[in-house]
Parts: sequence; C-alpha cells; structure tokens
Amino acid sequence: MKTRAVVSLSRRDLLKAGGALVVTFPFAPMLFAQSRQAQPGPPDANSIDSWIAIHSDNTATIYIGFAELGQGCSTALLQFAAEELDMDMQQLRTVGLDTHVTPNQGGTYSSSAMRRGGPQVQRAAAEARQALLSMAAEQLAEPVENLSVDKGVVFIRGSNNPALRYGDLVGDRQFNITFTGSAPLKDPASYRVVASPLPRHDIPLKAKGTYPYMQHQRLPGMLHGRIVRPPGQSAYRHGIQLVSLDESSIDGIDARAVVKGNFVGVVAQREWDAVRAAAVLQVEWDLPATLPGNDNLFSRMQAAPTNDRIARDEGDVSLFDTAAVKSVFSATGPYQAHVPFAPNCALADVTENSALVLCSTQDVYGTRNNIAGLLGLEPAQVRVQYHEGAGTFGHSCWDDVAQAAAVMSQHVGAPVRVQFMRADEHGWDTYGPAHIGRMQASADAQGKLLTYEYEGWQHHWSLVDTTLQTANGVAASEWPAMAAQQINPLVLGGMYNIPNIKLLNHHVDGLDYLKGAWLRSPLDLSFTFVSEQCIDDLAWQLGQDPCEFRRRNIRDDRWLGVLDAAAQAAGWQSGPAAANLNNDDIVRGRGIGLGTHLASWGGAVADIEVNKRTGQVRILHLYGAIDAGLTVNPSNVENQITGQLVQTASRMLLEEVLFDQYSVTSTDWNSYPILRIMDCPQITPVIVQRKNEPPMGAGEEVMAAAAAAIANAFFDATGKRMTMYPFTPARVLQALA
Amino acid sequence: MAQQQAFILNGVETAVASEADTPLLYVLSDELALQGPRFGCGLAQCGSCSVLLDGVEVRACVTPLSAVLGRDVRTLEGLPSLYAETAGLDEVPEYTPLQTAIIEEQAIQCGYCYNGMIIKATELLNNNPSPTEAEVRAALNGHLCRCGTYPGLIRAVLKAAGSGGELA
Repeated sequence: MKTRAVVSLSRRDLLKAGGALVVTFPFAPMLFAQSRQAQPGPPDANSIDSWIAIHSDNTATIYIGFAELGQGCSTALLQFAAEELDMDMQQLRTVGLDTHVTPNQGGTYSSSAMRRGGPQVQRAAAEARQALLSMAAEQLAEPVENLSVDKGVVFIRGSNNPALRYGDLVGDRQFNITFTGSAPLKDPASYRVVASPLPRHDIPLKAKGTYPYMQHQRLPGMLHGRIVRPPGQSAYRHGIQLVSLDESSIDGIDARAVVKGNFVGVVAQREWDAVRAAAVLQVEWDLPATLPGNDNLFSRMQAAPTNDRIARDEGDVSLFDTAAVKSVFSATGPYQAHVPFAPNCALADVTENSALVLCSTQDVYGTRNNIAGLLGLEPAQVRVQYHEGAGTFGHSCWDDVAQAAAVMSQHVGAPVRVQFMRADEHGWDTYGPAHIGRMQASADAQGKLLTYEYEGWQHHWSLVDTTLQTANGVAASEWPAMAAQQINPLVLGGMYNIPNIKLLNHHVDGLDYLKGAWLRSPLDLSFTFVSEQCIDDLAWQLGQDPCEFRRRNIRDDRWLGVLDAAAQAAGWQSGPAAANLNNDDIVRGRGIGLGTHLASWGGAVADIEVNKRTGQVRILHLYGAIDAGLTVNPSNVENQITGQLVQTASRMLLEEVLFDQYSVTSTDWNSYPILRIMDCPQITPVIVQRKNEPPMGAGEEVMAAAAAAIANAFFDATGKRMTMYPFTPARVLQALA
Repeated sequence: MAQQQAFILNGVETAVASEADTPLLYVLSDELALQGPRFGCGLAQCGSCSVLLDGVEVRACVTPLSAVLGRDVRTLEGLPSLYAETAGLDEVPEYTPLQTAIIEEQAIQCGYCYNGMIIKATELLNNNPSPTEAEVRAALNGHLCRCGTYPGLIRAVLKAAGSGGELA
C-alpha cells in the first residue's frame, strides 16, 4: 500500500476554513488568473482596460464575456488576442465569467462567441498593441514603424536585442484609453495563431479530473438543497399546484422542507440526506389533464387559433399550379430535450441586500436580472458567476436551478447548493418546441426551382422559469414574438435561387403545451426535414441527381462550397435517388442536404441502413461540412462538427419527449434514450476555411443539413419518405407498409 | 454519527463517517470532496459516477458504502498511481497513457462524462490490452456522452492500447 496522501478536503475542513465568502475557483490551477477588483458590472465596454490587463511579468489577462461550454471558445478567443498583441498563447490567461468582473458581450448562444465576440476581442487587442507600441516608441525615441514585437517583447528593427517588454510599459497599471475599434488589424495572410488547430487549455484538466465544474463548487456553511416537484411537467400555464405537504414524512432524516408558494424544496447538511428527504417527502399535487398527450399534439396545434406572420413573400407562388414538376410534403418534428449529461446545479448565498449565485448560465447578465427580480434586489446587488457544467446545448434548467438555489438560500439564511436530480432536468426542461411544416414547391422541366411555399406551426419560448412561476406566483408567459425562433428564411429555401417564394409563420399560443426554449439549432432540424425532403422529391421526379439538382439552383458560392465539400468527402456518385431499390430485408441508402442556423453554411451527406423487417435504422456514416468564414481554431470546429453530427443522429433516430394528458413521462435515460457508442456512425468533419471572411458560428450549423441528409438517405434506401422523426421502428414499418 | 468505517481509497486506507447505507458516490463527493466520481443520474444509467471496485467498474450512485468496506476503491484521481503500480514505475505520472491519448486526440468537449469513460476504458485495457474497435464500443456502451464525442474517445482508447503500456 502506498503512503501517498489522499488529495481531498472534507466538508468539515471546508467549514472550518469559514469566513471568506468568495471562493471563486477553489480547484483551478493556472486556468483562471487572479480577478481584478470585483465591483458590480458590466465594466465599461468602451475602455480597453475592461478587456485587457498587461501584467509586469509580461503576461496578459483577457476578459471575455463568453462562456466556455466545452466548445473551446475560451481558447479560440485568446487566439485572436495573441495574434493581435503579438504574444504567445502561453502568456495569456482568461478569467471565469462574473458580473463583477467580465464585460457583457451578450449571452453565449446562437453560435455567437466567434461571430460577435471574436471581432471585439480582436479589435481590443489590436488597440492595446497600438497603445503599447506608441508608449515604446516614446520611451525608445524611435518611430513606431521601426519597432516590432515578438512574444510581448519589443525590438528595434535591425537589432536582435530586446528593447522593452509590454510588462515594463504598463505592467499591472491601467491603459486608461478609450476602445475606439479603429486600430488596424493584422492581414489574415500573416496569421500565426489564428486559424491554427491549437489544443484547448481546458482538456488536460478535464482528462485528469481536476477541472472545476459547477457541480464541484462549495461555499463555507453551505447546505445541500433539492427541489420537490411532480415527476414531469404539466402544461406551462398550469405550473405546479401544491395541495398539501406532510413534513412529518421526513422526520427521521436530518433535513427540512422549504415551501414558498407552490415551490417545494428540502435542505440538509449532508447531500444524501437532502436526496433522501426529497424522495420521501409526502406531497400532494393537483394534477388535472392539461396536455394533449403525444397522440393529439399535432392535431391540437393545427386546430389552434394562430397569430400569423409572413416571413418572406416574393414573386407569385400561384405559378405552382401550372409548373412542370410539383411536390407537396408535410411532416412534423417532436419536442426534444436538452438533457445535459449532468443535471444543472447552482449555489446561492443570499443575504438581506446581496446575492452571490454560481451557476452554469449561458448569460450571466441575463441571469443577474432575473435573480434580482426573483429576490426583490437591485441587479447591482446580485453577483452571478458562470461555472461550466455538462454540455447544455441551449436553455436547459440552468436558470431554474439558480432561482431554486436563490429562493432556498433566502429562505434558510445560509448558502444553498441545489443539484437537480435526473427527473428534475428531464421532466422540467424547457424543450425544443414541436413543429409542423407544410410545403409545396415546383420546378420547370429543366430542373430550375420555380415556386416555394412553406407554412410552419410552433409555439414560442417560455419566458418565466418554473421556480419564479411557483415561488413568486408569476404567471406563465412566452417570449415576445420576434425574440423567439420562428420559421427561418435562411434554412427554408434560403440556399436556393427561387423566383417565387412565400413563408408563413403560424404562432400557436404555447401556454397549453410544454415549456419551450432554444435547443441547439432551434427548430432547424424540423424545417429541413420538411423542406429538403420536398426539394429532393423534385429532383427525383425529374430523374436528376439530388446533388446536381441543388447545384443547379444554388444561391451563391458559400452554399456551393459546403455542398461540394460534403459531396466530395463522401465520394458522391451522381445519379437519381432510389434507383436501386430491392427486396432485401436490409437495404442501404445515401442522402444529401443543406442547412444552417442564423449564419454560416452547412452541407451534409448521410449513409444509412434500414432493416425493412424490424424497422431498425442504423446511421453508418455522416459527412458534414461547415463554412464558418474564418475558422479560428480548426480543431475546435472539427469537434463541433463531430458533436453536431452525432447529436443529429441521436435526435433523428431516438429523441422524443413523451407525455400523456397529465405530465411529461420522459424522466430519465430509459424513457428518453440518446445515441450510444455502439450506434455511433463514422464521422467525417469537413471545414471550408475562408481566412478573409469574418468569423461566423460553428456550433450548430450543420445539424439541419445532416437531418435532411438522413431523411433523404431513407428515401434512397426504401423509396418511401418519413414524415415524422425520430425514426422509431414502429414509424419506419408504418412508412414502409 | 455512525461508527468509523474504512475502505482503501486509491491505495490509502480511508476512514469515513457516513452511514453504511449511504451511496458510495456521496461518501466520495460530499464527505471526501473528490472530483472524479460525480453525479449524473443516480440511477446507474449513465456512468458518470463510475469507480473501480477491486478492479471492476461499478456505479457509485447505487453502491452502498457497506458494500465497499475493506475493499479497494479506485477513482479517477487514483488512476495514475494504479498505472504506476501495474507498470512498475518508480514515480507516479501525471497522466495515464489513456489520459494522454485523450488529450492528444482533443477528444473531450464538456468532459463531464469522462470520469466514467476513463474508468471504464481503464478497466477494459487492464483486461484486454489490445481491444478492437468493436470491443471498445461494446465495453463503453453503458456510458453516455451528450456532446457526441464518441469518435474521438474511440480513437483515444485505441491509441492508448497501441502504446503498449509505454508512457506517452
């Protein structure tokens, strides 16, 4: 037996350590540099000091407002800074997101870190370098043109002797200059750090097990909390209705109940006591039939009164009537869940006039505002810190759990850590909404698209989270119409030249359905599942190769680039779809598709196998190409493409939130299965690198293309079209019948 | 408080105060503040909390403390020392060859599931130093990854196997 010391710290040691309230990154070694003086933010975005601090040891801290979600943005954003500052990545640090420290760059969603955040960091670094060089020029009495920089060391041209270091110029002092955004940027042709596949700085810690996840955060004197709710949600409007609660049911456990309005939780010193107490606490809920159930979902949505909006209207779609080739196609997409691998967790310490909230929000400033409203505090009294949890892929329960921790902490007067249990996260998610799409399109005899009409039904995203709804009695409501995702003109026909096009959005009131929110590539999989199958059908009716048909109608070079990149990677063989149908039990097919989200361009090819006897579908290989403009870190983007393709396979084959008239019944990994490693297809990620274009998103832009490719591969294999996903054996057998 | 009870944690006899029916996960993560084994589902469905119990991967969320008393519990934190013992190294490396391969392949995204992935793949490599891709997939099939990092993980496990136990 070894005598090595156990690297651990007991809870009692932590409690003994007491006193200091701010335990920001207790386990983090060098990943996060020292925070500067904390004060209610956001820091002034027009000051260079809000973005960059140069230290006397010739290192720099870059303050960024985007969350590391496992997508690598905290590495890639530093690449911009290193490039423009002429420093090495090893000289740069960043800090965790914190409303008392980091700038407000908006939330980390819509694949915005590189698109919106990249240029900000890049310009701030360029401006800092310009200021540093002008200081150096003055000190050295040399014109700026005679100076060069390597690793933060200034040289006079023609000399190999270092003249000055950045750290000597401003080390640990402020720049005190305005961020004008006017400093010239490096020529992309000269990039040394940007566009390189640098390793991510978080991965070694994650492999070692020392990465400080949200779930590992602790505060002195902290209690463990759990929420107590019905196992799955009812209709959003209904929320939770508490009838009665018998606290004596947890008498034998060292825990107590916390009740505020219809909000119920338990707190305990020891975590296991909180878990047990939440499981055995006797609570009676009012659970009327408020939902349509899966069986009646789409008929109820289609029968509901809707608010309609025309999203695009050009030309004359009535030319459909006399077109040479026509296709009419309707299909649906299910509610799907975020379900991060680890349920969300938060830790709150609320006093009479302050709140510290640690959580995994994608938007610390947004969460600060809603916590302030929940607790009756001013936003400046609330400090929200971001700590990475398990991959969230949109609005999972991170606001809900942060609110639950805040409510419980306020109630018991001590810091409370709330870990959602599996059923809390699965059953109380704000799901990616269900969708109905109805389309008709036409082409001329040569295969030029003539008309395109699309109607889509869905509800919006939920604005009020369940804790706020239950604890404060705030009524359920949806996001304002234009803030939520509606039918998406980029994805619905936006990749083609179509002279006559009309897109119609039907907004269904969401209060009588499940809670909704953005789920990675929101609604886009459902859009292309309809649209790209309909396009494919036109090609098939014309006897044309589906790739060639798309090429003939493509809108621009960016779309053409990803189409060709995906086709080339897959070794696409030209020819019409479903040309080799046979009577074998097991048949194979290949399909192609295009899609994106709000920016960037995605193209995909899928190879699948269908067992016509059992209805089982296997996805064999997915090829996915993204043009995200300037790809800052190709290794990150390959990982993002890989993750998107695997997740798309999961969403097309397996994922569907199940619910009856009373509540959601998908409450764990058995009732909401996701793709396992045995069923994981071969994956080929392809990057279309465009160094001279602005950086765009790469976190969700190939999923819609891949979903379409899978659907079209099914047709190629069987000659039949799927009109619902996921492709369960029962649905496949029905489609083949 | 319950009587003192002990098990061997990463090679070190460790006494704990949790009650005997407490799931091992909470003993490790709450009482002992370890970061490797971590909550994922509490239902033995996902593999987030996996540890090696006498060399066999088990789900700590459904394994009561009473079942491990006196036995050998190895968590993610203890894998480098386990590797050093197995390979007869004088010094404990920072990473096992598997962890090194995972870093080299940049396999991880959020990384939360990698506690279980690394524990299970270590068990596999201990029993079968040269697995095929199909064997890797079969071994890891009880472990979920929501980010979809399976392809990189498979490459990393095969790469670690290919290293023949040599330190990378």
